[in-house]
Amino acid sequence: MIARLLHGVPRHAFALLAAVLAVLVAAPVFANDYVLTILILILYSAYAGQAWNILMGFAGQLSLGHALYVGLGAYVTAALYVHFGIGPWVGMPLAILISVACGAIIGFLAFRFGVGGVYFAILTIAFSEFTRIGFDHIDWVGGSSGLFLPVANYTRNDILLLRGQPVMFYYVILALTAVAFVICHGLLRSRVGYYWQAIREDEPAARALGINTFRYKMIAIVISAGMTAPAGVFYAFYYNNLFPEQTFFILRSIEIMLGPVIGGVGTLFGPVIGAFLLTGLSEALQELLTHVGLETPGAKRVFYGVCLLLVVMILPNGIWPPIARLLRLERRDPET
Amino acid sequence: MPALLEVTGISKNFSGLRAVADVSFTVPESAIFAVIGPNGAGKTTLFNLIAGVFAPNTGAITFCGDRIDGLRPDEVCRRGVGRTFQIVRPFPGLSVEDNVTVGALLRHPDPAAAMRRAHDILGRLDLFDKRRHLAGALTLPDRKRLEVARALATEPKLLLLDEVMAGLRPTETDRMVEIIRKLNTEAGLTILLIEHVMRAVMSVATRVLVLHHGAAIAEGAPEAVVREPAVIESYLGVEAV
Repeated sequence: MIARLLHGVPRHAFALLAAVLAVLVAAPVFANDYVLTILILILYSAYAGQAWNILMGFAGQLSLGHALYVGLGAYVTAALYVHFGIGPWVGMPLAILISVACGAIIGFLAFRFGVGGVYFAILTIAFSEFTRIGFDHIDWVGGSSGLFLPVANYTRNDILLLRGQPVMFYYVILALTAVAFVICHGLLRSRVGYYWQAIREDEPAARALGINTFRYKMIAIVISAGMTAPAGVFYAFYYNNLFPEQTFFILRSIEIMLGPVIGGVGTLFGPVIGAFLLTGLSEALQELLTHVGLETPGAKRVFYGVCLLLVVMILPNGIWPPIARLLRLERRDPET
Repeated sequence: MPALLEVTGISKNFSGLRAVADVSFTVPESAIFAVIGPNGAGKTTLFNLIAGVFAPNTGAITFCGDRIDGLRPDEVCRRGVGRTFQIVRPFPGLSVEDNVTVGALLRHPDPAAAMRRAHDILGRLDLFDKRRHLAGALTLPDRKRLEVARALATEPKLLLLDEVMAGLRPTETDRMVEIIRKLNTEAGLTILLIEHVMRAVMSVATRVLVLHHGAAIAEGAPEAVVREPAVIESYLGVEAV
């Protein structure tokens, strides 16, 4: 299995990856709480971006409603914890299952009836929006006034209940991101991955090669939705408060896709690089501005906009592909 | 020779326009069967009916003894019908080898095995050296051969070639003719092709069907068909004889 995953990966790429992982694992030793918080934000957006990338980057189906799966993951596990004391790891399978079911419904409606492109995107927005409005009226999860997880000053980390200090959350999201990376790498190298890319590139041509495009698009949305749900679980237990207006808001969906778009849609490293660039630089900018004494609350948004503009103009395939060429990380023949 | 593909009385209307009208023909095993006709004669529609893009309004299409009309394109492909597109449709963002691997995965679910199979086919179509190139960056002749390679990778019993020689220079055309002939004689592949390049049709086809305004106006050996008055009048032009 492991040998299979490493098949054809250039050796120095593997070394580079191991080095990055080592630095990230060691980060809490030398990083203060503020830096750690930023790293958590970065990894969170890398994880969610990776999950979104399966549907758009691999299979070519643009979702603008991934906040739906984040929100479902968050609300399901948070509600189970608040009402029944059920821990997040126990609640997570149910959260994933519900996200998968929603993804399957949206996918069925869209793909069975040939809804694609921007119309598919609008459908995903519609679902996340009416879920947002729906949750405003579910009193069991606090309605529009929000759902709150009990907060205390935790001195020791309880990994089973996800209650504790930033360093624990850091390792949890690092592990999730690493697992997502490996899963996506495996998927991309499998038959499913080839078929997704074929569908993304030219659907009628894919059909002519014997690919049941409906089935493979369904697989894509189901995996993407299921993988997004744990991001929501993390979100709920890290922030401890959930409001439908925030959790399911369309801006959340856009934030999820910005990382991969800037990093490189359809690439494995795109979501990670994009998250580091966007979140890292925008936080640094914010910090710099406060240091200089400028109070500019909109600076982050402006920075996002400028980043997006630059990437679209200069690097329409994202910043990862040129970096990959520079580092000679393209795939090789196993025999060479 | 037993019939591999049998088309009986198929018609296709596009809201009032009769694109294919009551066409019947039989493609025997290991034949190179050509469909010719002027622009708008319904050739590509006929192909799309066989390949499952459209279902015919009337008639039946039988492949290897089974009805395939009304099946989806992927199902038709799985039964053993490979096709190329008139306007080539490579997967532009994928490498040449990945393009062909996608096709090979149909019969070889393991990606490594499919890739080996793809390399094999690329070698036969003189594309092996360009296997790492992005398909979108290839020249037209290369893209046409990639199109054939990708269809071949699905290991079809019948290969539908939609104007694979259109837009090629004479030397490239000869190269494609050579490839088609080799596939037929060496691999025993049955080939159904649409073609405008009469020189190629005459040299490669064992049987020709002429379509005009959606209807079959002549069918037979190539030398016989080009002498038929109806064919000369509607397609070849009087001065061609």
